[in-house]
Amino acid sequence: MKDHLSRIVDKYPANIFKNRKEHIVLVDHDSENPQTITANTRTIPGIITSRGCCYAGCKGVVIGPIKDAITITHGPIGCGYYSWATRRNKARLEEGETDNYLNYCFSTDLQEGDIVFGGEKKLKRAIKEVVEIFHPQNIMICSTCPVGLIGDDINAVAAWAEQEFHIKVLAFSCEGYKGVTQSAGHHIANNGLIKNVVGTGNTVTGKYSVNLLGEYNIGGDSWEIERVLTRIGYEVVSVMTGNGSIAKIKNAHLANLNLVQCYRSINYIAEMIQTKYGTDWLKVNFIGVQSCIESLRDMARYFDDPVLIARTEEVIAEELDEIMPVINHYQPLCVGKTAALFVGGSRALHYQYLFQDLGMETVLAGFEFAHRDDYEGSEVIPFIKEDADSKNIETLHLEPDEKHYRLVLSREKYETLKKQIPLNYFGGMIKVMKNNSVVIDDINHYEIDEFLKLLKPDIFCAGIKEKYQIHKSGVFSKQLHSYDYTGPYAGFKGAAAFARDIALGLTAPVWNMIRPPWKTEPMLEGSLIKEVI
Amino acid sequence: MRQIAIYGKGGIGKSTTTQNLTAGLGEMGKQVMIVGCDPKADSTRLVLGGLAQKSVLDTLREEGEEIELENIMKSGVFGIRCVESGGPEPGVGCAGRGIITSINMLESLGAYTEDLDYVFYDVLGDVVCGGFAMPIREGKAQEIYIVASGELMALYAANNISKGILKFANSGGCRLGGIICNSRKVDGERELLEAFADELGSQLIYFVPRDNLVQRAEINKKTVIEFAPDEPQAEAYRGLAKAISENKMFVVPKPMDQDRLEELMMKYGFLGL
Repeated sequence: MKDHLSRIVDKYPANIFKNRKEHIVLVDHDSENPQTITANTRTIPGIITSRGCCYAGCKGVVIGPIKDAITITHGPIGCGYYSWATRRNKARLEEGETDNYLNYCFSTDLQEGDIVFGGEKKLKRAIKEVVEIFHPQNIMICSTCPVGLIGDDINAVAAWAEQEFHIKVLAFSCEGYKGVTQSAGHHIANNGLIKNVVGTGNTVTGKYSVNLLGEYNIGGDSWEIERVLTRIGYEVVSVMTGNGSIAKIKNAHLANLNLVQCYRSINYIAEMIQTKYGTDWLKVNFIGVQSCIESLRDMARYFDDPVLIARTEEVIAEELDEIMPVINHYQPLCVGKTAALFVGGSRALHYQYLFQDLGMETVLAGFEFAHRDDYEGSEVIPFIKEDADSKNIETLHLEPDEKHYRLVLSREKYETLKKQIPLNYFGGMIKVMKNNSVVIDDINHYEIDEFLKLLKPDIFCAGIKEKYQIHKSGVFSKQLHSYDYTGPYAGFKGAAAFARDIALGLTAPVWNMIRPPWKTEPMLEGSLIKEVI
Repeated sequence: MRQIAIYGKGGIGKSTTTQNLTAGLGEMGKQVMIVGCDPKADSTRLVLGGLAQKSVLDTLREEGEEIELENIMKSGVFGIRCVESGGPEPGVGCAGRGIITSINMLESLGAYTEDLDYVFYDVLGDVVCGGFAMPIREGKAQEIYIVASGELMALYAANNISKGILKFANSGGCRLGGIICNSRKVDGERELLEAFADELGSQLIYFVPRDNLVQRAEINKKTVIEFAPDEPQAEAYRGLAKAISENKMFVVPKPMDQDRLEELMMKYGFLGL
């Protein structure tokens, strides 16, 4: 296997070879030292990367799903248009709620004249217009590349609009060129929410109150998770940010535990809430039946209430009764097949558990925008060398809040519990993968082709940029950024839906029809009449 | 048609020199167009007699698609055609992009007619970004003159501009035609500029003496040739016009490093200090 891997990177020119080989790890748990990987560094120019931009991370991932805010993309129309509902973050009004703008797309549509003369006036007009038409309580401004170049002061415009219209207006300078991936955008969005939203509410919360962080309600994931949590007796104070709202996120500091689903995109908020308000965070994974069960048990253990623990088991049993017949129906079609995953900063890890439930092994997994801790675990953080690119994104230094800082657990109990559950800790991806499987950071078009040939996975889950490349090779691909057209895949019912979709995809006859008949059969038929010479 | 760009440090007298020089060419019967590439839109005031000129970008912004050449081009003294690119107020937007937009607009409106002998681009200050290099790329101005004086900062800017020319000399084909000295009456000015131009591989094409008449003409919104045609300063500008019209020396400049520049200053500029 090692030879095959080196054959793939051997094709590169020397300097690119040197760079890329550090991003690829052949898992070997018997190695003397923990395996390391290079991540969160600049993509090599010219390589067809699968990564996204800072704006995609800020507006597309974190800010976009907030339903009670109008998000205005300040820039030419493309960025706003192509980030309009493409991630399938769902939202609906719940009791007492009045604002849901998620189906709309707002952009200042900057034109040449606005670039030359500055876009601030147009931004002000856009804000005035949305206020007059929609009367929102919150407006978010996300800037795109040219706005950063011409230096429009969106923070000053936001301050002006707050005064003028007496609503909350946040400005995010998330120009696409910042950082090395969309990860920079997550950080900028996290900073904005912590500075301006979290801590501004005062709704009283109950004993088993939690925030669900890094859950974006793609295809309705968050609704399924919330359904299960509510059944058990948890109070979900806020979700960041799927089906989320400023009205709820502002109370997030009052919840007693933070659940972290997608670690990469939201860990900054989890850490900052812990520093400022004392709330612990628990790494959960609601993707996969077994991991769902484990996460629910970890939560119950944190609150350590016999009634809650019993109720957790009761709900788990009932949920399993409902979904296991479905999963058992589809599992035989999946068992023994192999999967490759290249998605996100957590999904490529989370979905390995779900595939495991279906009897499928993950032979390759990688992240688009992860940092080293996403691969190697929280323990590596002190050893990550900060470079100019990461220093370029603001890091907030917070102090404990005088009024609201509190610890839910006693020190003693915390220390004991920390040994049992992933409390304020994320183990990363490499540890859970089998020996000889491939971990790859920032995969590119060429490498996808090569690994499809080498590993011959039965399914390769990725995003829109990779999907059709994979299909052309005759391999089933499922988008895990948007779930194509279905979902939810989280929680118990989501696992059943996933089992169905994967079984249908794997058994579809189409994968054997990729070679058209004229590639294998002659187009013309003829016979020899006579020899001329 | 010779397309010529005039660069130089801010405040060195590019607009004054360009307009007085074009007046000289106009008087000789040449067909000239000046394209002001400064957001302040004050490059054609003397030729137009102070007539407020509507800039290309202002017109573009206000009139939208209805823009016509006659809205943005005015004829001044000696039939010199004047266009101001214009741009945003200081501190907002992107003036560089404005110049690109404006020159493209002029081309598509057909401002570059066959009868023109000269097109002059009067470009703001230093080459600060891609937009300000627009006149010397994409096959527009092929000749560049740098206005300088004997002051270190003026030469420093001239040297920097030469670096820009060097870059575009290969891709755009532009060449340095020479240094125009707009005298500040600094010690050893002529010698210093001759040495400087020589070091760049170019020439001091003309030495414009300092004369308060230039200021008087400016206050009266006129070029010197129009204001006081018989004075020596008018003759000086005629000389500059003649030198440029007869110039045959076009080079790819060899910009120097900071140390060498300062060395030149010490050698020529501070004689007797």
